[in-house]
Amino acid sequence: MSSDQHISDMHLDVLKEIGNIGAAHAATALSQLLGRKIDMLVPDVKLVSFDEMFELAGGAEKIVAGIFLRIQGDLSGSMFFVLPVDSANHFIRKLIHDDTFDFHANPIAAMGISAMQELGNILSGSYLSALSDFTGLHIHPTVPSLSVDMVGAIVSFGLIEVSHYSDDVIVIDTRINDDADEKTSTVDGHFFLLPDPESYVTIFRSLGVL
Amino acid sequence: MNIAKTPHTIRTSGLGSCVGVVLYDETKKIAGLLHVMLPDSTLGKAENLNVAKFADTGIYALMERLKAEGVRPLSLKAKIAGGAQMFQFGTSDTIRIGPRNIEAVKSELNRLSIPIVAEDTGGSSGRTIEFDPSTSTLSIRTVNAGTKDI
Repeated sequence: MSSDQHISDMHLDVLKEIGNIGAAHAATALSQLLGRKIDMLVPDVKLVSFDEMFELAGGAEKIVAGIFLRIQGDLSGSMFFVLPVDSANHFIRKLIHDDTFDFHANPIAAMGISAMQELGNILSGSYLSALSDFTGLHIHPTVPSLSVDMVGAIVSFGLIEVSHYSDDVIVIDTRINDDADEKTSTVDGHFFLLPDPESYVTIFRSLGVL
Repeated sequence: MNIAKTPHTIRTSGLGSCVGVVLYDETKKIAGLLHVMLPDSTLGKAENLNVAKFADTGIYALMERLKAEGVRPLSLKAKIAGGAQMFQFGTSDTIRIGPRNIEAVKSELNRLSIPIVAEDTGGSSGRTIEFDPSTSTLSIRTVNAGTKDI
C-alpha cells in the first residue's frame, strides 16, 4: 500500500477515529490551559490534492501561525497546528497576559513565540500520546517549529514526503472552535495529521484492519 | 504548469520551499509558469508521477509546451523565485529542500541554455508571485516585505 489506491472507506474511518481521539485529548489540554471550553468538530479524513489541502486551511495565501513537527518512531508523518493570526493572537494574549502582543508585528515578541511553541508542544504531545495509546505504536514528536506565514508556504513543507509518491495526500483534519457556533467562534484552528505513505500499512495493521 | 499570453497574467500563491520558474519570450509576450516542488525526478517513488513538480522534467516540459506555441527556445528567458527554508529541520528528504530546488532549477536552466534574468530566492518567507507577459515583470509578495518587482 505505497500509494492511495487501496484505501477503502473502512480505512478512512479508522483514520478518522485516530483524529478523533488525538484531537479530543489536545482540545482538553487546550481548554485547561485557557480555562475555557474548546470545541472540537468531528474530524474529516480525506484524500485531497495539494491545492485542496491549502483550501482546507483557508487558501494558500492566508496568513497563519503554523506549528510544524515531524512524527518519528513506528510510524512517520507530519503534523501541523494551524491558527489564523487573529486566533493565535487571541490565544497567546490570554496565555501571557499581554494584550499588546501581535503576530503581525515585525519582529514578533520572543515571549509570544515561545508561548506559541509551548502551546504546540503541549497540544501535539497530547494528540500523539493518545494516538500512541490507541494504536500501541511508539511515536515521538520532534521539537515543534513555528512559522507565521502563508498557509501554502507552511503546509507544503509537510507535503514534500508525500509528493515523492503521489499528487494527493490523506489528511486527518480536526477543526477546533471556542464556541459551538462557528459564526461567533473567535478561534478557527486546524490540526492536520499527514502520515507518510509508507506508514499507512503500519497504522492499519496496528488496528487490525489489514 | 500553465502558460499565459498578454493581456493575461499568471500567478502562483504561497510558495515556500517550492520554486516558481517563469519562462518567457519578450517579443511574443508569452510566458509559462512552473511550480517546482522537488529537485529531481529520480526521487519519485511511484510510476506516472506528475512531471511538472520536478525541476528536471518540469522545465523541459514547460519549454516543449512553449515551443508548441511557436516560441523559439533561443528566445526564452527565465525569472525564478522561491526556495525558502520555512523550517530548520526535516528528514533527509526534506532538509534544505528549498536550496536544493534552487540549485536544481539553475542547473537545468543552464543545461537548456536559458538565461536567468532575475531571481528572488532563498530566505525563510513564503512568496506569492505573478508574472505579466506584457512587461516581463515578476511581482513578488511576502508577508513582511510587501511587494517587489523583478
